[in-house]
Amino acid sequence: MTRYFSQEHEWLEVEGDLGTVGITDYAQGQLGDITFVDLPEAGATFGKGDSVAVVDSVKAASDVYTPVSGTIAEVNAALGDEPELVNTDAEVGGWLFRITLSDASELSGLMDEAAYKDYVDSL
Amino acid sequence: MSEYPISDSDQEPEELAPMLLPLDSWHRDRGGRMVEFAGYMMPVQYEGIMAEHLWTRENAGLFDVSHMGQLLVSGEEGAQTDVEPALEAALPIDLSTLKLGAVRYSLLLDENGGILDDLMVARWPGGFYLVVNGATKWDDIGTLREYLPDDVTLNHLDDRALLALQGPKAFAALERVAEGEYPLSALTFMKGGRFTLGGVDAWISRSGYTGEDGFEISIPGDSAAEVADLLLSQPEVKPIGLGARDSLRLEAGLPLYGHDMDPDRGPVEAGLAFGINKRRRLEGGFPGAERVQRDFAEGTAQKRIGLKLEGRQAAREGAKVFHGEQEVGVVTSGGFSPSLQHPIAMAYVDAALAADGTALSIEIRGKKLDATVAAMPFVPNRYHR
Repeated sequence: MTRYFSQEHEWLEVEGDLGTVGITDYAQGQLGDITFVDLPEAGATFGKGDSVAVVDSVKAASDVYTPVSGTIAEVNAALGDEPELVNTDAEVGGWLFRITLSDASELSGLMDEAAYKDYVDSL
Repeated sequence: MSEYPISDSDQEPEELAPMLLPLDSWHRDRGGRMVEFAGYMMPVQYEGIMAEHLWTRENAGLFDVSHMGQLLVSGEEGAQTDVEPALEAALPIDLSTLKLGAVRYSLLLDENGGILDDLMVARWPGGFYLVVNGATKWDDIGTLREYLPDDVTLNHLDDRALLALQGPKAFAALERVAEGEYPLSALTFMKGGRFTLGGVDAWISRSGYTGEDGFEISIPGDSAAEVADLLLSQPEVKPIGLGARDSLRLEAGLPLYGHDMDPDRGPVEAGLAFGINKRRRLEGGFPGAERVQRDFAEGTAQKRIGLKLEGRQAAREGAKVFHGEQEVGVVTSGGFSPSLQHPIAMAYVDAALAADGTALSIEIRGKKLDATVAAMPFVPNRYHR
């Protein structure tokens, strides 16, 4: 399994052609208390960079973009009752959706963990 | 991710560097996350909006609102003009019933009766003390200068800071440190007076923007940090950012200038007619009086209302409101209510659909979510009257 990061503060963990996507711990910290997550329908198809989900915090609504193109395989149903999982466990239990990748070459444009850390430090 | 943060839509478009307020480093030292608001760097949160909101509802929250404009309207020595009628000609306020130390809500209107700002007016011994919104203060000063005769003095008290201490334990915390000619308990809601806080001269009024009992405290800017320290050292008190200020005022049903009212809206449709008493309604004689009198007599096409949403997804400013398939209004403020644990919003809708309990829907990201017209405040006020 390899974990990738986007400049839009999403993380993507890839196993075979299936990617799991969430927002980073840095991102949840910036957003503050998350009160609702609007998730896509399983089976929907998106292109890289499309807005796929919305994370609502007390102060704002924020789009979540898919870092890769593909078809939604599954969404994290636990967030319906417990959206705060995105705050408490952003990079594991607070995952948002799983997407079946349609173009694995898109992964080369994403950052690894060290590069993302440098990127956040530069902000 | 991209974020649509709390923004100040009335900010000047020029790219000016944000100004720093007297407590800038005080906020940073206490973990405040600073954002630009109304041309200033301001703390949006410390430990988190939800926690700060609930703390204020249960204890006491300390807010820095020094970005707001503090103005003093007074007469020049030997001037021909009486200040009181001059200010009544500028604002739709009845000053004849405003006693020394009393505070009253008023509106700054344009000649067409559109709302330029909302403000507080207090009678001081030497004139009238006004508190106006931060984002509009420069324009307000220009408008007031235009409305007031030349021999009425308008001072911008920009060397002063403004704090708010809000919540059910605000009185207990402030009473411990406030000294004056009379006890702090002499102040009831919308009354103010002179006190000292740790030796610093302060104008304190029992007022605020949260729906809770609480106080607003005007002090010299160069003493702001020591007064803030004194207040924060009280066990009931935590620092609270702009984020919770916004969610608290929304629950209290209090409109935010530039969002829930603007020059396209008049006081009657905005539900702010209580700020214009009967004598001024009848007599007129203030900018925009014609429109206000007509709106009182004939009603308005739309009204500002509260909406309670089903589920957890919040409606934000700009979302369209529907009655069946018909578009009937627009959301002007909205968010998740930390106290009620469901989303709430303010909107303007057709007057015929403004009754409590009316079933409407709000379009959010292509979906229509059920919403019901609800009485405001959403959370009961706890003013100390």
